[in-house]
Amino acid sequence: ELPLSHFSAARAAAVAVGYLRYLRGGPGRGLELRELRRARRQDIDGVGHKYYLELELEDVLDKDRTVNCTAEVLYRLGSKTSAPDVQVTVQGELRSTEEAEQEFYNRIRSLEKELVAENIPDSHGNVPPELEPIHLLAWVASGYLIWQNSTENTKFHLAQVKHVKQVKRSDEDLQFDYVLLLHEMVSQEVLPWEVTVLWHPQRGARVSQS
Amino acid sequence: DQVLHIVPETLQQVQHLQLLCSTLTLDLWKPLLPEDIRAGEDLHIRVPAPLVQDVKDTLDQHMISYRVLIYDVQKLVDQSMPRERSSHRQVSGGYVYTEYHPMEEIYQWMTQIQKNNSELVTQHFLGKTFENRTMYYLQISQPSNKPKKIIWMDCGIHAREWISPAFCQWFVKEILQNYKTDPKISRFLQNLDLYVLPVLNIDGYIYSWEIDRLWRKSRSPYENGTCYGTDLNRNFNSSWGSVGISFNCSSDIFCGSGPESEPETKAVAQFIESKKSDILCYLTMHSYGQLILTPYGSTTKPPSNNEELMQVAKEAAAALKGKYGTSYKVGSTALILYNNSGSSRDWVHTIGIPLSYTFELRDTGDYGFLLPTNQIQPTCEETM
Repeated sequence: ELPLSHFSAARAAAVAVGYLRYLRGGPGRGLELRELRRARRQDIDGVGHKYYLELELEDVLDKDRTVNCTAEVLYRLGSKTSAPDVQVTVQGELRSTEEAEQEFYNRIRSLEKELVAENIPDSHGNVPPELEPIHLLAWVASGYLIWQNSTENTKFHLAQVKHVKQVKRSDEDLQFDYVLLLHEMVSQEVLPWEVTVLWHPQRGARVSQS
Repeated sequence: DQVLHIVPETLQQVQHLQLLCSTLTLDLWKPLLPEDIRAGEDLHIRVPAPLVQDVKDTLDQHMISYRVLIYDVQKLVDQSMPRERSSHRQVSGGYVYTEYHPMEEIYQWMTQIQKNNSELVTQHFLGKTFENRTMYYLQISQPSNKPKKIIWMDCGIHAREWISPAFCQWFVKEILQNYKTDPKISRFLQNLDLYVLPVLNIDGYIYSWEIDRLWRKSRSPYENGTCYGTDLNRNFNSSWGSVGISFNCSSDIFCGSGPESEPETKAVAQFIESKKSDILCYLTMHSYGQLILTPYGSTTKPPSNNEELMQVAKEAAAALKGKYGTSYKVGSTALILYNNSGSSRDWVHTIGIPLSYTFELRDTGDYGFLLPTNQIQPTCEETM
């Protein structure tokens, strides 16, 4: 059992949240950690360290409701190149985002010129409302990066969307090329990452590092 | 971006311009569509900054004369738009506390605050930054014939943590607005003096406004000017250079060339050393994380007065939570966050100041350093 305030629990929780954002997030849904309810660590000989977490999450667009979730995060021993194994179970239902996401999809598809934006949020923390879905899609992308690149000695957060450019496609997916700035808490570095997100209302998000 | 004014003279020129506009998808201001470009009629095109030179070159090559109508579109836009003010204003004598302010304005604010509250507030010289800017602290002190203990608070040791200087300013305003009417505050001031340093890392703060919003360190050069800045919160003389630091000057946790190598660190350390027998509590404000951190960062061995430190911190966190439900975690840096050495809070404790805390203000990572201005008020109110 770990004290909830211990840094290793917080780091594992950040990985779980990243993974969840990647899996369940979208332009109409951004998941946030409300509270870490329970954390337990198991040292598995020859394998690695496994964290068992109970998390309380909220949807930024629906803050009055929270959703509980359990997660298992396994950091494998001596593996600097492979992502932690994460499994999550969300208890209960997340608010439906079908309508909002379809509306976003239609809006972007009907743009004459490809969308380009930078510095989201801006220096004063502001996000123009029409860019909020792009911001939340960046959470999906950063969630993927955070899951893929975390170790027990790191804690990543998305600091800012430095640049985003839409790339028009001949198929039905939307494509956005992002430059994301990730803040790593232990080294305090802010690192740029290039990432491409394909998104479709039914097919969801697919993220690839550029 | 620039806007060019062109009057095409021949059909050939018209065709070339139509091709140029559609190939580069230039923003036509007049006419609206390439097909409406006519010889002898005004053509206004907005050219994005990276393409300006190329477009001008191709116009020259085709002997198409042009003149620049607008040299800097952004500047014009900025000038014509009124500065946005948040709808929940907290204005005291014209100063908007629910916005982030650049250093120039903070200097002016300090002068005004002293002027408007001269019976209570005095502005004092603390030292100079590397780039030779003056560091001032405000002393809030009720005249009295009994000696008073001191509470010191500094903000902005890390440039990008803008909510921190915003809090120091808010704090001063709250005290000064309410000390006559709020019994808690007036009792406070009967027995204690408050010393507030609104921005410790002035050079870095200015740099984060003008060049790089996510800058953290100071701006002193190292390695022949190939890299800049020391992490001032790794530069104090508390197990300096031992853990959670880097000796590489390009690292964001570069601890400097030695303990107190930086003028900003030295200015603060010298002052605190000189007043140490009177300082009861040291507070240093940071973001983000929602944490109240106690000594130490360099070891998990608890300080001698750990119980007292923890109890006071827990009560503070509970009071904070009571306002808007915001959760703060409490504990030592080494247990809650990471290992680090050379922090101001640890050094202050080692020289004998009993209560020493680092506050990591809102949030927990969703906006991080870029905390929206609409959270300034609730963050400051709950932290009061």
